[in-house]
Amino acid sequence: MFRLALKMLFGDSAKYLMLVFGVMFATFLMTQQSSVFCGLMRWTTAILKNAPAPIWVVETEVRQVNQTIAMRDTDLGRVRSCDGVDWAMPLYSGVQNVRLENGSLTVVQLLGIDSTTFAGAPTRMIEGSIGALRQPNAVIVDDLALSRLSPDPKTPLKMGDTFEINDQEARIVGICKAMRSFTGGPFIWTTYERALSYSPPQRKMLSAILVSPSAGRDADSVAASIERQTGLKAYTNAGFQSSERDFNTATMFWYVKNTGIPISFGTTVLVGFIVGVAISCQTFYLFVLDNLKHYGALKAMGASNGKLCMMLLSQVTVVGLVGYGIGLALASLFGLAAIKNTQPPFYMPDVIPFAVLGVIILICSLASFLGILRVSLLDAAVVFRG
Amino acid sequence: MSAPIIAASARSITKSFGSGTARIEVLHGIDIDAYESEILMLLGPSGCGKTTLISILAGTLTADRGELRVLGEPLHAMKKSAITRFRARNIGFIFQQFNLIPTISCEENAAVPLLIQGMSLSKALPHARKSLDQVGLSEHMKKRPNQLSGGQQQRVAIARALVHNPRLIICDEPTAALDAENGQLVMEIFRGLMRQPGRCAIVVTHDHRILQYSDRIATMNDGRIVESVPTSKFDFDHHR
Repeated sequence: MFRLALKMLFGDSAKYLMLVFGVMFATFLMTQQSSVFCGLMRWTTAILKNAPAPIWVVETEVRQVNQTIAMRDTDLGRVRSCDGVDWAMPLYSGVQNVRLENGSLTVVQLLGIDSTTFAGAPTRMIEGSIGALRQPNAVIVDDLALSRLSPDPKTPLKMGDTFEINDQEARIVGICKAMRSFTGGPFIWTTYERALSYSPPQRKMLSAILVSPSAGRDADSVAASIERQTGLKAYTNAGFQSSERDFNTATMFWYVKNTGIPISFGTTVLVGFIVGVAISCQTFYLFVLDNLKHYGALKAMGASNGKLCMMLLSQVTVVGLVGYGIGLALASLFGLAAIKNTQPPFYMPDVIPFAVLGVIILICSLASFLGILRVSLLDAAVVFRG
Repeated sequence: MSAPIIAASARSITKSFGSGTARIEVLHGIDIDAYESEILMLLGPSGCGKTTLISILAGTLTADRGELRVLGEPLHAMKKSAITRFRARNIGFIFQQFNLIPTISCEENAAVPLLIQGMSLSKALPHARKSLDQVGLSEHMKKRPNQLSGGQQQRVAIARALVHNPRLIICDEPTAALDAENGQLVMEIFRGLMRQPGRCAIVVTHDHRILQYSDRIATMNDGRIVESVPTSKFDFDHHR
């Protein structure tokens, strides 16, 4: 009966393709939009990935990593004196303007790191070395900066090239891979002191303090200890939902709560679901109606409701799996293209394909429910009524 | 000569449709027997209750009152699921509009009753081919129903009805959708296949031209059997 059910399904190629399209469209839209949303949320925490440290100490009112409220320089010494701190280094983080050769301005994320230890330096160098930052006017840029800071994107910048940050010269001594920032601008690393000289002077300039806990101490307890002893805010940096103090989690939740981003993406995902339900339910019900006299004949010939339901379920399952497979493949292709192009943001955690599969199962269940109801209530004697 | 064995027996069968003042009784205490190795044809004007009676005899419709025994089983006292299983094993169906599934081949269509009984397609197909061969369609097994003429489609339906060797065949206007020539051909084939001992066919028809293929004719009018006689004693002139 399973093969019979499939032959009935494939035989009506127009409805079969429409059903597959409905599921595929829903899968693609829900997967792609969820992944772009997750990618965007990851971008919000790019600084935490690009300037890695187990603990980030920031001003008390800071709620997410892109919010900068400068601290006093003396806070660095207070943190260093806390129990459980192995080392603590200053970090400058700010958005600055770079003037290109053609006179236009572009925005960059400038990171100033400790010139002795290079705590917060990039982890994936492509060219050059971090130690070269000790040279005059030296900066390390990410690969995005090579095209963004070049007056002609076809001839990207290279090692040794110079540009101006707030009218002061900067020379490229290293190129690295880095996660894209939420603002879309490239990352530039230099020493803490040089970063301060590139930036407009303010009374307080220390953006954050990068901390490592002593051997044998866990980051959570040391962060709690720093907060207790200094009154500053101390976050851990071990990945989304790794702990209650995690800065990634706090940052992403801040964007979820304080921006319209989730509503925008959520609406699109909902549209994908509704379109999937509408197309699949309507088309499958039409398919059942078209074949109703055949189901009636099968029923008269002794096919039980259970057997007919299994036929319908096998039909809808095949449609669901084929549509889901194609939709997921298309979303993955979109993701590969997005990653290659560096935008739009795209990150597909394992949970997304499984969650979308769950939604597709729900859509297929809804679609088959009406058909099963219709066939179950079908009077076998209907086949004798012409 | 031994007494004929009853294949289907209905006693005091009544059936109504609708409710309240709109309730209409379409069968008024029908008594009828169908015997093994015979073709019983039910004749009567439109709306006389033939289709309702055949539906009840086939177990696809439940009577309001009365007793129904088919192949010795008391269908009136059986659960719906048991009747469904009984139908799958013991009854073959031939419908007016053939009711072949258009998206599968003729041999797959003919195999359907065996698939319903749980046989795999690969095991069912040889039986289906044999059955199609019996109705003279061995050259058309791989074709889809819409590639065949109406007469050929009805022969596929006959092959399907007989593939699982049922003891009771229910036919609903088997020649209604066919021209005279094809109707005769189909009935010739059907009659030939019904020669197998123990088989009983109950045929509802309007088509007087096929009455000659029956062994007995029961005439219905207004929800009652008004006459049930051997075909040899049937007054063809009176009913013309």
